[in-house]
Amino acid sequence: MKNFNGKILFLDRSDINTDEIIPAKYLTELTKEALRPYCLEDLALPGFEPRRDVADKAVIVTRANFGCGSSREHAPWVLECNGINLVIAENFARIFRQNMFNCGCMAVSLAPATIDEIFTVFAATGAECVTDLERMTFTISNGKESRVYPFTVGSFDLELVKAGGWVDYADRKY
Amino acid sequence: MGKTLAQKIFDAHRVDTPAPGVAVLSLDRVFCHEITTPIALNDLVAKGKDRVFDPSRIKAVIDHVTPAKDSKTAEQGKTLRDWARRHGIADFFDIGENGVCHAIFPEKGFVRPGFTVIMGDSHTCTHGAFGAFAAGVGTTDLEVGILKGVCSMRDPETIKINVTGKLRPGVFAKDVILAIIKKLTVNGATDKVIEFAGPVVDGFDMDSRMTLCNMAIEAGGTCGVCYPDMTTVEYLWPFIREEFTDKAAALAEYSKWRPDEDAEYVAVIDFNVDDLEPQVTHGYKPDQVKNVSEMTGTPVNQVYIGSCTNGRLGDLRIAAGVLKGHRIHPNVRGIVSPATPKIYSQALEEGLIKIFMDAGFCVTNPTCGACLGMSNGVLAKGEVCASTTNRNFNGRMGRGGMVHLMSPATAAATAIAGVITNSPLFHK
Repeated sequence: MKNFNGKILFLDRSDINTDEIIPAKYLTELTKEALRPYCLEDLALPGFEPRRDVADKAVIVTRANFGCGSSREHAPWVLECNGINLVIAENFARIFRQNMFNCGCMAVSLAPATIDEIFTVFAATGAECVTDLERMTFTISNGKESRVYPFTVGSFDLELVKAGGWVDYADRKY
Repeated sequence: MGKTLAQKIFDAHRVDTPAPGVAVLSLDRVFCHEITTPIALNDLVAKGKDRVFDPSRIKAVIDHVTPAKDSKTAEQGKTLRDWARRHGIADFFDIGENGVCHAIFPEKGFVRPGFTVIMGDSHTCTHGAFGAFAAGVGTTDLEVGILKGVCSMRDPETIKINVTGKLRPGVFAKDVILAIIKKLTVNGATDKVIEFAGPVVDGFDMDSRMTLCNMAIEAGGTCGVCYPDMTTVEYLWPFIREEFTDKAAALAEYSKWRPDEDAEYVAVIDFNVDDLEPQVTHGYKPDQVKNVSEMTGTPVNQVYIGSCTNGRLGDLRIAAGVLKGHRIHPNVRGIVSPATPKIYSQALEEGLIKIFMDAGFCVTNPTCGACLGMSNGVLAKGEVCASTTNRNFNGRMGRGGMVHLMSPATAAATAIAGVITNSPLFHK
């Protein structure tokens, strides 16, 4: 199972699309690892510098409709090969969300008010997230403040996370 | 309680319910192209699972970068080509026979009412125009589709949109769908199927229905669907004539793929088009839409006519009709990419290609290239493109470029004027 703990990258915008996460010109790469330097390269967000801000992060917290647009699984892959296996948002584009769980990563929705609170309390404070899959909680803390947020992930999605992906699961079962 | 069209298709294809609200569906079609498929194929080989569930239900095309532009894209094409040959995939379309996936697969009659279709491409929703459930998926879902012929989907909720009224001259399916996306927003149909219904959709030909369904994903929709009717039967008739005694029999069979009268929807929206003007996007999201009249005078560097949204014969006819007898503005680079070889050939026979060339357009081979900034018309920083494609995302057609989405009629008129403008086909 993958790691879902670590420093948070806060992306304070809705509708961040797949072309911003990984531009199409890199879709000619034949390995996932080759995508690594280009994570969020075209993200339109004032003050954001991709390489500086992505380095050492393990979790993304963002607003609504993250991953909209293309079906490219290169979007979860480029996050994954930068050590980001968990995205927390108000909601996700369907294909992106499914791609995350298919890779054994997690895309978890929290209520807009909760996301808002996390931004207000923890953005730009060097906050970290610790995920407890048994209790289904995120503990977000920054040294001064620590808060626990319950979440829900469907049983099928959880099975994929525990199995490490959909290919082996499906080949065994169908 | 009655069922929506998608629920009926799910019921007929469900092979498992691994958790409440999740369906594993059997697949009638798995479509493949050279960008998202090769990594799936390499992974299957690495896992010792280099198999396909049914070569006759898998169709493949090289369309995103063709001819190959460099060693990497050549390798992607080769991976797909070698695999198709290795597994006896008869319907594989390579250079000379290849076209934009969501144009060539319908044109070959591969999609039928009631089918389930997946592809590693978000605009797979286009095929819902035939009354099929067709959804874009990632490489892992595609890999399992190739291997086992199944895919998991959440049980679908459906939004029904009744498109009513009468379109003014010069207002087309592209304008209707842009206006609908503006109303829904880019997150408004996330995880939902959109049924496009009502007299305006009933009156649309299949090309226009595909334009509508193609952009369902831009509102977040899983699939856009239209109800099968005699227009659908007429389009498919050359491919199905052996299966049915006559067209009425085909219509009777396909009519089971219509929703029940008392189907349950999460929303039913009446969308009247009486006053609809030609539409155009501004900004970097497909729901940022204005009337063309509000954007008139915006200079453009390039005009692109093509893609899975608007590269079909009907689109080329409309654009050529506007261009005939005119030259495009000297500051504009005009590019037209007929979406398939058949469309290209018919456009030649009808004299449309000559009109485009006489107007100063570059006519390229069928390819997706420019739409996503991969080849054949990438923008430089600060450049603006008037485009008949489906996405205006930041950097979509090239880093630092701006894309304005519009209909082929508006694009052609814009090419002549050098600035965004309504076509002379439009009358209030």
